[in-house]
Formats: sequence, structure tokens, C-alpha cells
Amino acid sequence: MIAELGHFVLVLALVVAAVQAIAPIYLARTAPDIALSIASRASYLQFILILLAFAALSYGFVRSDFSLAVVFANSHVAKPLIYKIAGVWGNHEGSMLLWVLIVAAYGAAYARFTDTKDSFAARVLIVQGWLGVAFLAFLLFTSNPFARLLPAPFSGQGLTPILQDPALAAHPPLLYAGYVGFSMAYAFALAALTGADDGGNWARRMRPWILTAWIFLTLGIALGSYWAYYELGWGGFWFWDPVENASLMPWLAGTALLHSALVAEKRDTLKKWTLLLAIITFALSLSGTFLVRSGVLTSVHAFANDPERGLFILAILGGFSLAGFVLYGLRLPRLAADKPFQPVSREGLLLVNNIFLATATVTVFLGTIYPLVLDALGMGKISVGAPYFNAVFAPLTIPFALLLPLGPLLNWRAGSVKPLQNRLLLAAGAAALVTCGIVLSRGAASVMVVALFAAALWLLFGAGLDLAQRLGPYRSRLIKFWTLPANAFSAPLAHAGLAVMLLGILAATQWRAEIVVAAAPNQQINIAGISLRYDGLREIDGPNYRAEQARLTYLTGRHQGTHIFPERRFYEAERAQTTEAAITTDMTGHLYAVVGETSGDKRVLRLWYHPYVAFIWLGALLMALGGSFALVTRLRRA
Amino acid sequence: MTPKQIRLAAIGGGLAFLALAAGIALTALEDNIVFFRSPSELAAKPAVIGEAMRIGGLVREGSVQRDGLRADFAVTDLAHDINVSYEGMLPDLFREGQGVVAEGRFDASGRFIADTVLAKHDETYMPPEVAEALEKSGKLNAPHPGKDGR
Repeated sequence: MIAELGHFVLVLALVVAAVQAIAPIYLARTAPDIALSIASRASYLQFILILLAFAALSYGFVRSDFSLAVVFANSHVAKPLIYKIAGVWGNHEGSMLLWVLIVAAYGAAYARFTDTKDSFAARVLIVQGWLGVAFLAFLLFTSNPFARLLPAPFSGQGLTPILQDPALAAHPPLLYAGYVGFSMAYAFALAALTGADDGGNWARRMRPWILTAWIFLTLGIALGSYWAYYELGWGGFWFWDPVENASLMPWLAGTALLHSALVAEKRDTLKKWTLLLAIITFALSLSGTFLVRSGVLTSVHAFANDPERGLFILAILGGFSLAGFVLYGLRLPRLAADKPFQPVSREGLLLVNNIFLATATVTVFLGTIYPLVLDALGMGKISVGAPYFNAVFAPLTIPFALLLPLGPLLNWRAGSVKPLQNRLLLAAGAAALVTCGIVLSRGAASVMVVALFAAALWLLFGAGLDLAQRLGPYRSRLIKFWTLPANAFSAPLAHAGLAVMLLGILAATQWRAEIVVAAAPNQQINIAGISLRYDGLREIDGPNYRAEQARLTYLTGRHQGTHIFPERRFYEAERAQTTEAAITTDMTGHLYAVVGETSGDKRVLRLWYHPYVAFIWLGALLMALGGSFALVTRLRRA
Repeated sequence: MTPKQIRLAAIGGGLAFLALAAGIALTALEDNIVFFRSPSELAAKPAVIGEAMRIGGLVREGSVQRDGLRADFAVTDLAHDINVSYEGMLPDLFREGQGVVAEGRFDASGRFIADTVLAKHDETYMPPEVAEALEKSGKLNAPHPGKDGR
């Protein structure tokens, strides 16, 4: 009964979204107030209806109502409650319901928080309405989460054990909040292209929304990377898997968009490019969904699929992208000319930033799409892996990181490096000194690696310079840090975050140690200056699994005497097996231990030492924090 | 500089940069693509020794032999087999009768030396490459010997 109600409110939501998408169009010119009022109310209502449907599906999962097909296929009574709830989006139908919920949430939030009530705002909501219509139709016609199974089975098939992890609760919602958030960029671009009544103010109104989306996407990707790191059992943090690339492309484009929108807002230039970038960023978000949800890819993210869904999403992707690009092409000649600026200026360097990020996006796109195109043309199945991406990203990163610190230090319009000379030399000297220290203590694998270290350190010190310059006027009250403007921390934190992440990636990939042994009980294992003893194995019972648990004891160092317990779990209901790595986390590095199969009377053990690997995710957190400071500044001003 | 000169310089610089980036990307792509071959394709047209590639199929029942860290097994599309050797820890769902994809190269004796072995974490899921290889060999829906009802 609850499920039927859920289905019913979803149909209602589709109707409401259609009203939001169509009705205000006719009123926008004659009665903009009424148009906005209708669009706002429709977006609130749409959000509430989808929230009810979501609650109904969650109820089905919590109560283990196996007459619902998705619950049957993805849940089990023996599953812990948290995974029953998070399991709502641990499958195709439920995750698409989460997606439409977030689309509606952004629409409703915009209706609530927009500071200017005009026809521009109404047009933004109209575009959001169309998105609601498209995805609700997709959900209802191809992926109905409320489909019934009659007669109802007694027991569910359970959730893939690899998804039975606390990260499932946060990774998809964060990622979707990022993807869908860029729909706001698209909606703003279309609203700006369909009328000039905003006084050229769209960039200012768009920025908080793209900041929000970008923060969520950054956190979502970082959490996904961390999850893969500890769950997949070998300590890799990024696999250049097409699905990861699908999230990286909108992130790169979105990062470019953040910066070009800043120029568009402050300097009234690069506006045409910003509009195009807004459309591209959302198109990339949609392609991400298409790639993941269509089943064209092999990955841990691929749920069971049918081709009809892929086609439908492809139609949505094609429809919205085409609409955006055609409208852009038609309106381009009528857009105001961009103001000229000097190449050595903040705008100039932000443009350079955009060129680099756009190039990075294109290279990821190439590496991701090329195998799919070849396959579709019947020219063979190929895979493009990490070597390609590393070969492209390493040389791109160096000039990008070298130029980046100059941007925030230069003035708008026409800047000069001269007055900054001494400070820049200081930062460069510090970076060179630390690089020398690293090379002397750890050696140098290649010129490229040394250059990357130097570039990342220069970026870090450059961010420090930027912070010092921004805080200069407040020198006398640095102690009262809460009175300092939040704005001063945003760019320095985000840029330092990138530097920290780069350093983490370099250290973890260049200095990592690995050992595989077939160990007998009481055997000693040495890795990266750490000695451990393998004590043996025992069997334990978890809530819905059995496990073989190995015990290792630290013989030396700070953790001397402590035990670690890598496990292999067997899930009865799902008839599957997972590796639970034992990770000892220190800021200076992680010891990562995994237990494998029996080999004669011995056990295969695999250990890694990942130096400074935590810096990767710490860097991502700093970036998101920088973004949050920028967002707070904006909200306070509004 | 006049605005026109600046624009020209910007466009020229941008194009040069794009050409350079495209050059790097295409060279990298050329050097790093890895082809997928099914056992039947390899039987028809043997691979060049030492060329990196991906192979896939089912792990033949009864073919897995372990010796310390080394595992030898046969990957089959039920029409042809490939003998594979792998040294290290096999993935969780590596099991006889399951779909598997291996990346590596053939040695002179015709044995496939795998650098990585991928198996999926879900028993009901089969990598598309494997499904297609089985489809081509006409054995997709053939009963898996030794597998129970599910």
C-alpha cells in the first residue's frame, strides 16, 4: 500500500514538473511575477512529492518488503539497518530516485533563496522543471522503483557485499549533489541566453550554486577514492576507471567554470566562454550518468542493466546538450562583446587556468571515449589505462602548477610581476630547497618526478604568499581569527589543497613498498623498516557474514605490541566474498595488510606501505574547505 | 600592444598549446592502448610474443593449480583455452567456472603471464568482454559444468 502511494506521488511529481516546465513560459513576458510564483510553488511541491516517494521506498527497504522488486534484488533481512537505509540508493532504481530528489531539491532551494524575484529566476526554474520531467519520466517508464513481484518471495537476494560499507551512505548522495548541482549552471546559462533582462548579472547569481555543486563533487570523488582504497584490497586510490573519469570530467570542467565565472562576474569579460563552459559542464555530468547507468562499462558501479535505459539516458543527454548548444549558437552573435584585457593580469592567468583545465578535460574524454567508439565501430576491444593518463597528466601538471600561484597575486586588468619579484623568489627558493632535500634523502626516479615535486612545493608556498598578502591589512588582529574575512582563506586553502594532494600522490606512488609472502604462523615479515609477526588465523562470525581473520603483531616502532586483523569475509545470502584490509593510519604513511588464500599449510599475505597517502584526501578536504569559505563569504554578502 | 595584437597573440599561443597537448595525448594513446582478445580469436590468430593485451573468459573447472604464490589456470570460452600464470594474490571472486579478465603478455612457450587478474565482486555479474567472448564462441548459455542451480 505504501509502495503504491509512493508510485502515485511520483506520477503526481511528474505532472507538477510538467506544469513547472511549461506554464510559466506563457506568462514570463506578460506577468513575470505570476510566472515566478507558479514556478516556485511547483518546485516546492515537486520536491515534497519526490521526498514522499523516497520515504515510501526507504520504508520498503527498512521493512524488507520483498514484494518490491528492488528490495528483493538488493536487500536481505539479515542485513544491518544502516545498509538497509543506504541500500535504497545501492541499486539502479533507487539511485535514480535519489537523483530526481536532488534535482527537485536544487529547484526548491533556488526558489527559496533567490534574492532577485524576476523573470530570469522564473526561466531558471523552467529549465529545472524540464530536467524534472525528463528524469521523472525516465524513472517511471524504465526504472520504476515501486514495481511489485507477485507472489512475493520470502527472502531477498541481498546487497552486493562490497557495497555494505558506511561509505555507501555518503558517497552517492555527495556525488549526485555535485553532478545535479551543475544543472544549475546549465539552467543559468539557458536563462541568460533567452533574455538580457538580468542586466548581465547572471555570473554573480550563478556562482554560489556552482560553488555548492563543486564542493559536493569534490567531496564525493574524494570519498569514492578513499572507499576504493580501503575496500578493493590493494590500496590504489585512483584507477583511471572510466566511471571515475566520468566524475573527473565534470569536476575539471566545473573547476574551470568556477574560475571563469569569477572573471565574468568581476570583470565583465569571458562571458561567452563561461556560458559555453556551463553547458559543457552539465553535459559532462549527464554523460557521467549515461556511462555509469547504461552498462556500457565494466566496473564496480555497473548494476544489472537493460539497453532501453541506456537509450533513454542517451536521449536525455542528447536532448539537453543539443538544446544548450543550439541556443548558444543562435544567441552568440547577439551577446555583448567581451572586454579586452592584458595577458599579464589576473584575468589573463585565469584564462590560462581555463585552457589547462579544458585540455585536461579533453584528454580524459579522449582516453575514456576512444575505447567505446572503437568497440562500437567493431574495430576491436581495447582498454586505455593508467599509463596513458599518467603520460598526459604529468607534463600538463607542471606548467599548470608553476603558473597557478601568479594568478591570485596579480592585479585585475593589467598586472605586473615586478613588485612581487622578491616574494616570488623567496617561495621559489624555498621550493627548490625542499626539493633538494627530498632528492638527497629519497633519490630521484626521473627528471619528471623531481619537476613535479618542485612544482607542487612551489604551488604550496605560492598559496602561502597569497594568504599572507590577503591577510596583510588585518595584521594587527590575526589573533582574533574569527574576525578575519572568510574570503581571505578561500583561494589559498583550495590551492594549497591541490598542492597537498599532488605531494600525496607523488609520495604514495613513488615511495611505496610492497611484499607478498606465503607465511607460516609465527613467521616474521619486514616491510619499509617495520617488522611484524604473523600469529595465525581464526574464524569469526559477523552479523551477516563469516570471516577468516588473520592476526599480525608489530614487533618494532611506535606501534610495537599492537595487533592488526586483516579479514576475508564470506557473505552467505549474497554468496560472495570480500577482502577487508587492515590499515594502520599515520600521517606519515599507512601500513596496509591483506590476507589471501591458503597455499599448502601457509597463508598468502600481502602488505603495502603507502607513504603520505592520507595527504591525497586531506588535499581534497582542503579544496572543499576553500570552496566553503568562498560560499560563506557570498552568503553573508547576500 | 594594441588589443588586436593581444588577441592575435592569445589565439596563436592558445593554438600552439592545443597542438602540443594534442600531440602529447595522441602519442600517449598510441603507446598505451591494450587490446582485448578472446581465446577463440587467439586460436585463429596467435598473438605476438611480449605484446601487452587483455584476455578473458571463464576459469576452466579443475584447471587451477597453486604453488606458493604462483597460480596456473586455464581461461576458456568453452571453444578454446589459454593457459595463464599469475604470481600474487588472486582477487576475491576468482573461482573455477567464474568470468575473469587478465592483463599481461604471452611468453615464448605460449603461456599467458598475467600482471593483473580481475574478477567481479558479484557472482551474478559477468564482465561484458567475457559475455561477448562466450557469445562469439556460441557457448553463452551452455550449462556450466559443476555449477549448482542458481
